[in-house]
Amino acid sequence: MRCWKIDVKRIVRGVVMGAALVVAMAATVMAQTPQDGFVPVTDATRENLPATPLVYIAYGFVWVALMAYVFLLWQRVGRVERDLAIVNAKLAQRR
Amino acid sequence: MRVANRLVPLLLVVAALMYLRAPFMIHAAPLESVMGVVQKIFYFHVPSAMMTFLAAFVCGIASATYLWNRNKFADHVAVSAAELAVVFGLIVLVTGPLWARKAWGVWWQWDVRLTMTLVMWMIFVAYLLLRRFGGPGSEILAAAVGVFGTALVPFVYVSVNYWRTIHPNTNVLRTLQPEMAEPFRWAILAFLMFFTALLIVRIRLEASRAVLEEAYALLED
Repeated sequence: MRCWKIDVKRIVRGVVMGAALVVAMAATVMAQTPQDGFVPVTDATRENLPATPLVYIAYGFVWVALMAYVFLLWQRVGRVERDLAIVNAKLAQRR
Repeated sequence: MRVANRLVPLLLVVAALMYLRAPFMIHAAPLESVMGVVQKIFYFHVPSAMMTFLAAFVCGIASATYLWNRNKFADHVAVSAAELAVVFGLIVLVTGPLWARKAWGVWWQWDVRLTMTLVMWMIFVAYLLLRRFGGPGSEILAAAVGVFGTALVPFVYVSVNYWRTIHPNTNVLRTLQPEMAEPFRWAILAFLMFFTALLIVRIRLEASRAVLEEAYALLED
């Protein structure tokens, strides 16, 4: 019988503490400035992540990549032709 | 060979002029309603992807031919096309994330189209590494790798239609507005000219290398 009374007291205490916590949280939320709707952007042209630089970088990369490849290809062709001329000259000397 | 000598500079000059004109046409094209300005990356991202697919197909067909009859010219074409697949594939893999950063909020997404494109690109990188460091006889193994890489192309293309993905699907090209289609076709043509010129030069380089190796062998005898 005594144990049952203690349990009731604990339950009541728990409920009171829980209620106090809910009231405190509600008070905190209500204390914040309410937002009635979406806040419009004052400067419509400004974005968090501007897209134009990304487009420029992409286009620039296409140019750089292709020009770099053309340059490297041109160098490789030149090197092979030079080596070929040297080897052919050596072969001609031997004959 | 003489035709190629005249054709290559002509193609390169015309392609360069078209590349210079392209930004003005792309700028004049209408903005896409959802993505806005960043959608304009499409005008060189997609043609680059087309050239990657074309290069992969050329490499695959040439590799299969080489495996069939050991034709040296086919081998020269295969290695040249594989290199172009890597170059244009790199452009796709760099311009794509720049577009995705704005459109999706992330640089990269491990979805099926992006992942398969990366895997295909890595197969062609593996092909080139095999040719470079594989030693004698590696061209046969590389040809098999080339065929395998090409087999991925149809899967990469249809992946956006059959699997859930955030990448735009293939209907985008069919339903393109005329104002957007014009600069897009212009860009494809410019890329195609550039691709053709580079492929011709690269094949000639490979042929010259083969002649050089034969000349070295003669010198050593």
